[in-house]
Amino acid sequence: MDFIQQNILTITIFLPLAFALIVFLLPDDDKMLIRRMAFLFSIIVMGFGIAMWFLYDRSNAGIQFAQRVDWFPAIGSSYHVGLDGISLPMVLLTVILTPLGILASFDIEERVKMYMTLFLIMEMASIGLFAALDMMIFFIFWEFGLVPMYFLIRLWGGKDRVYASFKFFIYTMAGSLGLLLSIQIMGLATGTFDIPELYQRWVALDSAAVIPVVNLSVGTVKWVAFIAFFLAFAIKVPIWPFHTWLPDAHTQAPTAGSMMLAGVLLKLGAYGFLRLVIPLFPDQAYLSASVLAFLGMLSIVLGGFAAYGQWDFKRLVAYSSINHMGFVVLGIAVFAWVYGLQYGSPNYDAAALEQLGYVTDAVMATNGAVLQMFNHGLSAAGMFFLVGVIYDRAHTRDLKRFGGIWSILPVYGGILIFTSMASLGLPGLNGFPGEFTITRGAWGIFTVQVALSMIGLLMTGAYVLKAIGETLHGPIKPEWRGLPAMTFREHCVIWPLMILMLSLGLWPQWLQSTIDYTVSLLLG
Amino acid sequence: MNFPFLSVITLSPIAAAIVIMLLPKERGENARMLGLAAMILGLVLSTALYIDYNMNLPAPGTPWADTLRYVEEIPWVASIGINYILGVDGLSLTLVLLTAIVGLGGVLISWGVEDRPREFYAFFMLLVAGVHGVFVAVDGFLLFFFYEVAVLPMYVMIVIWGWKERREYAAMKLTLYILIGSFIALIPFLILYFQLPQVNPSAPGLTFDLRYWAEANFDAATQRLWFLPIFVGFGALAGMFPFHNWSPDGHVAAPTAVSMIHAGVLMKLGAYAAMRVGIQVLPEGAVYWMPFIILLTLVNVVYGALIAMRQRDMKYMIGYSSVSHMGLVVMGFAAMNLEGFIGSGIQMVSHGLMTAMFFACVGMIYDRAHTRSMDELSGMMKVQPWVAVAFVIGGLVSMGMPGLSGFVAEFPIFMGVWRGGEMNLANTAFGLNPASFYYWVAIISVLGIIITAAYILRAIASVFFGDYDEHAWHDMKPILAIDKFTLVMFCVTLIGIGMFPRVIAPIVEAGVQPVVERLVAARDIYTVWNDVQHIGAGILAWLGGA
Repeated sequence: MDFIQQNILTITIFLPLAFALIVFLLPDDDKMLIRRMAFLFSIIVMGFGIAMWFLYDRSNAGIQFAQRVDWFPAIGSSYHVGLDGISLPMVLLTVILTPLGILASFDIEERVKMYMTLFLIMEMASIGLFAALDMMIFFIFWEFGLVPMYFLIRLWGGKDRVYASFKFFIYTMAGSLGLLLSIQIMGLATGTFDIPELYQRWVALDSAAVIPVVNLSVGTVKWVAFIAFFLAFAIKVPIWPFHTWLPDAHTQAPTAGSMMLAGVLLKLGAYGFLRLVIPLFPDQAYLSASVLAFLGMLSIVLGGFAAYGQWDFKRLVAYSSINHMGFVVLGIAVFAWVYGLQYGSPNYDAAALEQLGYVTDAVMATNGAVLQMFNHGLSAAGMFFLVGVIYDRAHTRDLKRFGGIWSILPVYGGILIFTSMASLGLPGLNGFPGEFTITRGAWGIFTVQVALSMIGLLMTGAYVLKAIGETLHGPIKPEWRGLPAMTFREHCVIWPLMILMLSLGLWPQWLQSTIDYTVSLLLG
Repeated sequence: MNFPFLSVITLSPIAAAIVIMLLPKERGENARMLGLAAMILGLVLSTALYIDYNMNLPAPGTPWADTLRYVEEIPWVASIGINYILGVDGLSLTLVLLTAIVGLGGVLISWGVEDRPREFYAFFMLLVAGVHGVFVAVDGFLLFFFYEVAVLPMYVMIVIWGWKERREYAAMKLTLYILIGSFIALIPFLILYFQLPQVNPSAPGLTFDLRYWAEANFDAATQRLWFLPIFVGFGALAGMFPFHNWSPDGHVAAPTAVSMIHAGVLMKLGAYAAMRVGIQVLPEGAVYWMPFIILLTLVNVVYGALIAMRQRDMKYMIGYSSVSHMGLVVMGFAAMNLEGFIGSGIQMVSHGLMTAMFFACVGMIYDRAHTRSMDELSGMMKVQPWVAVAFVIGGLVSMGMPGLSGFVAEFPIFMGVWRGGEMNLANTAFGLNPASFYYWVAIISVLGIIITAAYILRAIASVFFGDYDEHAWHDMKPILAIDKFTLVMFCVTLIGIGMFPRVIAPIVEAGVQPVVERLVAARDIYTVWNDVQHIGAGILAWLGGA
């Protein structure tokens, strides 16, 4: 027991890998056994994740469950992992969504074993990334997460899967090349890859000093590295205009693949901003915060318009992800601005900032951003799942062909409306607290951007209502008569999500408080 | 510890070859058992030595002669300084282990050879013995001797068992390239041999013993003059641009097991010998030429990857990807610092295992489908899932995916090249100053990764995951259990190194440390100090004088 308690984080990271191996060794022909085992395994991992959620000591909001072992001493990298109030909710989201994703893919018939193996490996990469506190380890999980997703799209995707998977892989990998080069420069300049140590040493480097390996001043190198980091994570989030891979990848991915992509993988980008970009480059983040807010606003507005223009149900939901992640970006921009003021070279007096109310604003906006990441994970996964449910029955996602589904599938209709409303931001459901706190926190600092983003909020309502209207309402089309009702398994996937959505809408504090402690600690 | 481990590792394949040739013709299939026995013996012994060496690594700063272990010395032609001296340091022992693994894989993969199995296995054993010999030789003459021993069976095996359409051409091209290369290296080597007693007073007269060579300080002009022929002569075998041309042809024409040894180990032989005889003996010459050589390796990395992208024949694609990856090995040397050398050492092992596995995969497919063309093969995942998974893992290693051995190797190389930019050198070849362009080398060569990802993904997608043609492939036989074992062996090693770089990084570091120290000392001669450093050095000198 002691062993488990001391190594709980490492165990949670690598357990899915061990399980993947077991699944891989199961006999090929017994598909049901493979599915059930994979589901059972992911439930066990979820148990560990939830155990960490309760073991986490909220009175000390710093990094916990930390572990550090030498990994590659020749270049000064160590296996360093740990969780704080920002990464813990993300891990929780991952371990909750994975079993649901596996349950949702019980109807996969081809190469089940490989599918489940890849799914579990993806879970490992995501948990590992959220827990990583060493740049090398972070980068390993970052790159490694691409592989299972690539194959999920490539092998089990839709008609254009070859194009979509290739675009997804090369786009993200190209983005991470700059990241790799910058990590190397940072390692050479400071002699460490440890993230908490880099917070100190890398930030403290004198801007006028010259880094001998490139004969450039630290200031210049920091700008170049900042841009490389920014691009890598902006592609992943994705922030407008780096989002073009996302609709293709989502539309072509299998249902559970889309759930994980929207639910977890997009969060990796936003998490990268919070964990690396802003704390490592406070000056640069401060100076570009308004640009970031502007791009976030554009993501919200243009994502909303683009979603409204879609007639493919899945593509509509995909664009809605860009719209919702735009709010996260807006919250991150506020964090960047205030954190930069506090810890960057201007080094504003903390008391003065406090008096202006900026710190309170930033704490609120950052809380909102993390909360919104969690919320969007739930509602996007739910929406993609529901699109998958109707697609499995009707074999089309064309909104023009649907109509009157509500009277044919009344339960499905109710669930779809519930989930859509959560995604729309109806007060009482989970979308609302996140978006509200973000806009409330950002208002005082980025007034113009927030005001403009309200156009996007309007569009959110429009496209959600369009989707509901085109599918559920209208005259009953005879071709859809006799669509089978949702199965028990499908209910098992969606109900946990709906319960979580409702709980976060009614009482967001259960999650918010954990986030809040850490964010308040970060922002002094 | 007086048991002659290294001799047994090196000579047991030769003994096996002799016994195999003595077998009566009808009992050809016994040849493979003998071959297997010799390979397993080699693998067990070299693993034992590897673990033993790892348990007790030499401290940093130990001179090279003292890092050598399991040394055996027998006078041979002592009057002219030729002796049978074997010994290994961290790097060569790692490469011996690599050879043993790849050799075993080669025997297992050619289990089904039907055409003259006796001769096949005898030559294969000779090839392995030659490769082992170069890595364990401490005597320069012995090193050349084994080097040639390795080349001869290559030629014969390609000509007899190779791919019918290209084999004569490819075998001749390969042999000529390597032999001419080794003569180009041999001539300066002999010239230096006669100068050695003057520059290293501790040497007992004329000697080929590399331990004395490694402490010699030849004068600057000699070093500059002879470094390039030695390095390029051996470098040709490592596929250094512009002398890489033989290698893809050779790979393609060779039978599977020979391709594995060839790409997996033989190319490392070139890089290893270039380091041992070139860089270690002539460090000042190395510093003089390296800023130029790194440009050649940059061409290797990027241009090799671009050509690989053009190929439709899987074996040619892997052949060119080897050129690209071996470029990284030499690039690590050219970084002239510890990170670069460690990366090169690990890259040799990683690339050796990866390419050997690639060729094994292609061989398994080719034996059953009788084609290697990416246009014809598709949907192989359905019929050959083991091969597909192995190929995907190899592909991920090749594109430097973190968590696998390729990343562990490439990351230090790139770091080394970055750090190489700290060197502010003057009076090097063509006046190239690392400070002004090494970071461009790092940035441009990273592009090689993207190109690699593109061609590997394309190959995987079209060969293994394309549409399955039931009609064409329904009677394709599954692979054998030993084939599966071979693939698993390679995959486990590749993943193991990637997840736990500590199993290999420290021992390689111990191996390359003495070379790097010599190189760093030689670097100072060329370094341009800026004014502040000048004044500081002046004050220190004055204080020291006072």
